[in-house]
Amino acid sequence: MIDSTLKRALESKRFVVTAECGPPKSADRTVIEKKAQLLKDWVDAANVTDNQTAVTRMSSLAACAILKSLGLDPVFQITCRDRNRIALQSDILGAYALGIRNVLCLTGDHQSFGNHPQAKGVFDLDSVHLIETVRRMRDEGKFLSGDELTGERPAMFIGAVENPFAPPYEFRALRLKKKVEAGAQFIQTQIVYNIQRFREFMARVGDLGLLDKVYILAGVSPIKTPGAARYMRDNVPGLDVPNEIVERMEAAGKGIEDKKARAEAWRQEGITICVEIIQQLKEIEGVSGVHIMAIEWEEAVPEIVRRAGLR
Amino acid sequence: MSAHAEPKIVAFCCHYCAFAAADLAGVLRLKYPPNVHIIRLPCTGKLDALYVLKAFEAGADGVIVAGCLEGSCHFISGNIRAKKRVLAIKNLLPKLGIAPERLEFFNLSSAQGDRFAQIAREMVERVRALGSFHPAEEEDSHDRRGSEAHRRDLTDAGAL
Amino acid sequence: MIVADQKPIEEILQMLEPYKRVLLLGCQSCVAVCMAGGEKEVGLLASAVRLARTSQGRPIEITEGVVKRQCDDEFNDLWRETIEQQEAVLSLACGVGVNKLSERFDLPILPALNTKFFGEVERQGIWTEVCAGCGNCILHMTGGICPIARCAKNLLNGPCGGVRADGTCEVSRNGPRPCAWVLIYERLGKLNQRKNMEQLFAAKDWSSDRHGGPRRRIREDMLL
Repeated sequence: MIDSTLKRALESKRFVVTAECGPPKSADRTVIEKKAQLLKDWVDAANVTDNQTAVTRMSSLAACAILKSLGLDPVFQITCRDRNRIALQSDILGAYALGIRNVLCLTGDHQSFGNHPQAKGVFDLDSVHLIETVRRMRDEGKFLSGDELTGERPAMFIGAVENPFAPPYEFRALRLKKKVEAGAQFIQTQIVYNIQRFREFMARVGDLGLLDKVYILAGVSPIKTPGAARYMRDNVPGLDVPNEIVERMEAAGKGIEDKKARAEAWRQEGITICVEIIQQLKEIEGVSGVHIMAIEWEEAVPEIVRRAGLR
Repeated sequence: MSAHAEPKIVAFCCHYCAFAAADLAGVLRLKYPPNVHIIRLPCTGKLDALYVLKAFEAGADGVIVAGCLEGSCHFISGNIRAKKRVLAIKNLLPKLGIAPERLEFFNLSSAQGDRFAQIAREMVERVRALGSFHPAEEEDSHDRRGSEAHRRDLTDAGAL
Repeated sequence: MIVADQKPIEEILQMLEPYKRVLLLGCQSCVAVCMAGGEKEVGLLASAVRLARTSQGRPIEITEGVVKRQCDDEFNDLWRETIEQQEAVLSLACGVGVNKLSERFDLPILPALNTKFFGEVERQGIWTEVCAGCGNCILHMTGGICPIARCAKNLLNGPCGGVRADGTCEVSRNGPRPCAWVLIYERLGKLNQRKNMEQLFAAKDWSSDRHGGPRRRIREDMLL
């Protein structure tokens, strides 16, 4: 039995909300505590990122433990970039012992993107291997080596990610299938801005018979400024930001002289766009919820959830 | 700086254009300094970085590489390759303590005898101003620092 | 072949600072092909070093040489007498040559090159990494395209989400590189072996790779 609030919420068939909680570049636990208070009443579970974009931050494991102690259901994001199979399996056992029940298995951003590009990237396993490893520990009580665990198994709710918007497009739904076969029970997708393309992806996922095998949460993210919109459109591989959205962001600030007021107008439009996307996502078959990535803008989450009518 | 240091210039000239132009300059009795020693290549595309470095090692104070006008190279793109190689060597020279201005690439046609003479004059003047970079030839130099960059700094600062 | 870059001249000059009599020894094999340490490059580097040292007022005596392969005593032996007369040897071979000479001669053997990877000649002037020497080749499964060497994250169940719209990898340090898994996907399509990508590829056994420790190959039947 997997004792996960997130799992129960998904099983109840209600539209689930998860959000991201970014740990600080410091040893200050109060940062996590404050974010926890912001998100607590608005989400079913909260992800803690694992040195996202290869920038060193407080460990996901530690931050998850803090969230757990404050009554949230954390999703322990774990990447293959910084740890080998020995450490990964070790962290899964430790996470479970600290009360964490959800794990999101990712390959991880390459170290060249972060603040320590000279670091040695590990990549002993890839995300598919990691999913399989956690499942084996949970269901068979065995390590990757075949050795048996000597006691309680980590009964984790296993998650993975998929990006419908990166080539080869025809292969992405198949890759999702591989992850489900490896043991993925829920998926959080890359940020959706292009609803039409996402619909097509979900149709292909449906054709592969996966909709009753895995819960899919669509990724959404409120845009803060037109500059951010342009940057995401032009510089982030795997993100499809339609020009229409960039134009809406630009239009929102037009004619407003005061810097503060203009910034506020942009933020409002960013949230509005996010809410509209969520409302459209609710209509797509197979979408069980949304994963809100309001990076360093966790304050936006309650407003998004409320305006989208999810709470 | 020694007043009687006559600079020695080596000019790698392609047979079809630059060498012909030099020949024409001679036929037309155009005046250009005798410091320029011409070496004929079938094409500047034959130029290897080693030719330039060996020229400097052998005592040249400056090197000219002269080829056809772009688009007119008898071997189509030999002059384009030479241009790239000369640029690479120019980037290397300061790291060896040699002023990159001592090496230059020129394009001209076989009919431009006057241009050849002009190039020769220009380089001789330029290199004369830079002086010799072979410390052994510095008669009045008590200062054996030898680095051209250093000498240029002094010039810039108006000290020389 | 093994592909290497020449170290910046400033670094080489610094390594040669203490010495007045050196041998520059190149190699006619891999490093000649990738134009880093062949006979031609030896000549050029020797000339450059002589000029640099002359302009510093500290001339250096350089002997220039090249061997067929610097990874083999048989060829290096031919230079034994010359080497023993030097203060140091600047090797323009790959790291193997430097190691080999160092095992044999009791004087400083300096590397003029930064040895990088096993690569192919893409075309003259461009060499690309395509093999990682992992010790356990899976190229029959990936249509001959190596995901260990050509994928920045050495994925076996790729591609990841970081593929740009034009099919290049988001990790492109020396200019845009094609995503290895996009290449594998396309090639497997041509070979009618797409199902290789639909199955789960098991986790890699890295013990045969450099990570398992320094490696050795022995052929008992060929030992004299």
